[in-house]
Amino acid sequence: MDIQSLLSVAPVVVLLVLGYTVGRYREHRHIASIERRERAMGDIGVANLRTIADPDSVAQTLLVCGEAVIASDYFKTFISGLKKIIGGGMPAYESMVMRGRREALLRLLDAARAVGAHEVWNVRFEMPNIGGIQQQAGAVMVEVLAYGTAVVRRK
Amino acid sequence: MIVVNTETIPGHVIKEVRGLVQGNTVRAKHAGRDIAASFKNLVGGEIKGYTELLTEARRQALERMLAQAQQLGANAVVNVRFTTGAITTGAAELYAYGTAVVIE
Repeated sequence: MDIQSLLSVAPVVVLLVLGYTVGRYREHRHIASIERRERAMGDIGVANLRTIADPDSVAQTLLVCGEAVIASDYFKTFISGLKKIIGGGMPAYESMVMRGRREALLRLLDAARAVGAHEVWNVRFEMPNIGGIQQQAGAVMVEVLAYGTAVVRRK
Repeated sequence: MIVVNTETIPGHVIKEVRGLVQGNTVRAKHAGRDIAASFKNLVGGEIKGYTELLTEARRQALERMLAQAQQLGANAVVNVRFTTGAITTGAAELYAYGTAVVIE
C-alpha cells in the first residue's frame, strides 16, 4: 500500500477510533446515569394500563411527557452498515433505542415527580421523526416521546 | 382544563362528549442544531437541540388541541394520543388528538 492510499483511509480510521472510544465511554456513562436515576425514581409506580386502579383515592390527574433524542456514533453506524449486508441482530442500535426510551421515561417521571405524583398510568412510547432530514443525510438517531397520566393520591 | 390519556378521569363524571379535538405541528430542521447533530453522529449521545425541538413540537401540538377543546366549551380532554406523520424527507408532523368532554 502506498502512502497516498494510506492517507485516504486515515480520516475514516480516525473517526472509527473516535467513535469507538468516545462513543463507548459516553454510552457507559449515560447508561450508568440512567440506572442511577431509575433507582431514585423507584417509588413512582409506572403502568401502561388504561384504567387507573383505586379511583376513589385519586386527588389529581395530569398528562406528563418526556422526550429524548439519542444519536449513534461513527463506529456503531459503520459496523451496523456492514451488518446490513450479512443480516442478523444489530445490538449497537438495540442499546441506542433502549437508551432513548429509558431517558424519555425518566424525564416523564421527572415531570410526574414535579407535580407530586405517586403513579403514572397508561404510559405510551411514540417515535416521531422531527429531525427527518438528518436520516436522509445518513445520520442515525432515535427520537422518543413518552407520555402518560400522572396520578396524585389523597393522603 | 384536565388533560389525561386515560379514558376516564377518576373522581369526575363525564357529562357530555364534545367531540374529537386535534392539534399538529410540522417542524423543519434548523441549521445551528444540525451542526451539533452532525458532531454527535461521530461520538454518539444525546442531541439536546433535537430533544428541545421535540419538546417544543409536543407543546405546540398539545396547545393547538387544547385551543380547540376550549372553543368547544370543554373542560377536559381524555384519551390523548400522539402520533407522527412523515410529510417529506425534510419535515415531519407531530399530531396530538383526544376527546373533548365536559366533566363535573
